Amino acid sequence: MGDQLRDASSSPVVVRCKNLRKTYEGKVEAVRGLDLTIYTGQCYGLLGPNGAGKTTTIEILEGLLEATSGTVEILGCNWRDHPAQLRESIGVSLQETRLSEKLSVRETLELFGGFYRSARPVDEVLDELALREKADAWVGKLSGGQRQRLAIATALVGNPRVLFLDEPTTGLDPQSRRQVWEIVRRFQAEGGTVLLTTHYMDEAERLCDYISIIDHGKVIAAGTPPELISGVGGHHRVEFALSGDPPLSAELWRALPGVGAVQFDDGVTALTVEEPHRTIPALLAVVEKNGWRLTQLTTRQSSLEDVFVNLTGRHLRED
Amino acid sequence: MIERSGEVASDPVRTTIVHGRWTGYRRLLQARLKELFREPEVIFWIFLFPILLALGLGIAFRNKPPDAARVVIAGQPGSERIAALLRQAPAVPPLKIEVQPPAQAALNFRLGKFDVELLPLAGGVEYVYDPARPESVLARSLANDALQAAAGSKPAITSLSRVNSEPGSRYIDFLIPGLLGMNLMGSGMWGIGFALVEMRQRKLLKRYVATPMRRGDFLLALATSRLILMIIEVAMMLSFGVLVFHLRVAGSWLAIMLVSCLGALTFAALGLLTASRAQKIETASGIMNVVMMPMWIFSGIFFSYERFPALALPFIKLLPLTALNDMLRAIILQGSSLQSQAVPLLVLCLWGGIAFFFAVRFFRWT
Repeated sequence: MGDQLRDASSSPVVVRCKNLRKTYEGKVEAVRGLDLTIYTGQCYGLLGPNGAGKTTTIEILEGLLEATSGTVEILGCNWRDHPAQLRESIGVSLQETRLSEKLSVRETLELFGGFYRSARPVDEVLDELALREKADAWVGKLSGGQRQRLAIATALVGNPRVLFLDEPTTGLDPQSRRQVWEIVRRFQAEGGTVLLTTHYMDEAERLCDYISIIDHGKVIAAGTPPELISGVGGHHRVEFALSGDPPLSAELWRALPGVGAVQFDDGVTALTVEEPHRTIPALLAVVEKNGWRLTQLTTRQSSLEDVFVNLTGRHLRED
Repeated sequence: MIERSGEVASDPVRTTIVHGRWTGYRRLLQARLKELFREPEVIFWIFLFPILLALGLGIAFRNKPPDAARVVIAGQPGSERIAALLRQAPAVPPLKIEVQPPAQAALNFRLGKFDVELLPLAGGVEYVYDPARPESVLARSLANDALQAAAGSKPAITSLSRVNSEPGSRYIDFLIPGLLGMNLMGSGMWGIGFALVEMRQRKLLKRYVATPMRRGDFLLALATSRLILMIIEVAMMLSFGVLVFHLRVAGSWLAIMLVSCLGALTFAALGLLTASRAQKIETASGIMNVVMMPMWIFSGIFFSYERFPALALPFIKLLPLTALNDMLRAIILQGSSLQSQAVPLLVLCLWGGIAFFFAVRFFRWT
């Protein structure tokens, strides 16, 4: 391992990119001035809707795409001067790679491990990713969850210090998603650094220590999940619908005690509140006084989804 | 070798195995060969199909004595005398003679039931034949020779004939080197081109370049797997020819293998070039067919390219498959040395070298 990498490891910053831009064919601006700083041991999430520029960003960081402008530094190195060292120290799982179907799980890991100067023993990785039982099965015979675990295994077998995962759980069932989360947590617990992209807000919320919300190629908000959520103006959401021709007036509801933000969405009014036990009685009193009728009333904790809606007026997954 | 890594505080402490310079190459080659041999289609198209083709064509065009020439004589005065004269004379192949009423004789000749029709004339005979039908021309000439001999005409010069159906001059002898060349072209182009486009479509190439894999090792492993298959292809095809059709391999096996090796690499380079940018299997297979089609027709696989107009021959000889087929035939059938094949060797090397140069220049991993 080069001295550069050793020096870099003493610095807590693992990935730093500044003013990253990527323009495709001179027209489409996929990434428009993006800054990221990822520290050792962090699980960093890029959260955003499809087409926000997450994949372009992560592929630039992985050295698979060249940025139109901006700087990328990983473990103190850059892709132009130290590509070989960087390749040795990162592990990558692309959004969709279909590995050779006619190789077994073990053969696939041996192949990928063979590319690295120092690799982890295949059996150890198989155990860690709960693939031991499938070691001799052909990749073509695996389930979606098993394939995804194998894809991550091919990234882990090279004993990386930084793991890049592009949409690691898209299309997986809930149990397989939890297995992937466990793998990420274990890697992190052993001192590894993770950057992952996702458009699942629950995934970002549970797994990531720090999140950048990306939309149209820009970071529109960044922070730890609690920071982002409290930025909405309250940790709770009160959502209700009324019959009896109520006015669409934000002022009316903002006047209630403890209300941070008011949103109208498809007939439902959503209030961001700090203390629901103070807001709800006041809300009920207003409804009673005007002779409206409550057709729906729910209260829940604010989520990153609310953060995104609050910032963009759109939902993360518009499908 | 196992060592403990993790002397740096932030590194996870894990057991690691240290790999040598060629581990990646070896694993790529092993994976490629395993994949190939686990694909039943590959076994069929590369190994069995050419042999079945040789077997089928070898049987269809086997050397056999020509059928008897069929002669019909229009029934008129004098026809019995002509029939009798014809029957006296020895003819190879034998003549099958019938006398029929004139209208029926003419009809049956027209329908192709007879090869030649004889009309007795006063003091002679008139032949009705079709110059466009080789068997008709042959039957006319056989009937005439038989009649003249039976009527007592003496040959102007003495002539002797000797039979020669030795291996080396038969159609199957021509065919087997041609099929071998065709197979080297097909499996080189498909084997490399198809595999690469599929890997690109699956984003596997992109996944590979996200690892420290050496790109040169990847191409080297592909080429090596191609050469290993090539050795099996050549050995199977030629052993089949020797065992089933008694093909006589006149030249050295080493020269055959060297030429086949060069051919396999040249077509692998062409496959690499056609696959250098294509994103979809359909695109690549279209391009490959366009590249291979002229060679299937012009390069003398099933018949000699000398049949094409003389003007076209210089261009035909510049095709890589023509060069490969010419060399294979010269070495296998005539026992020529490698040194005598300088021109086709150069043609093949140029195709391979230029294709490889551009393929590497244009190649897209993603």
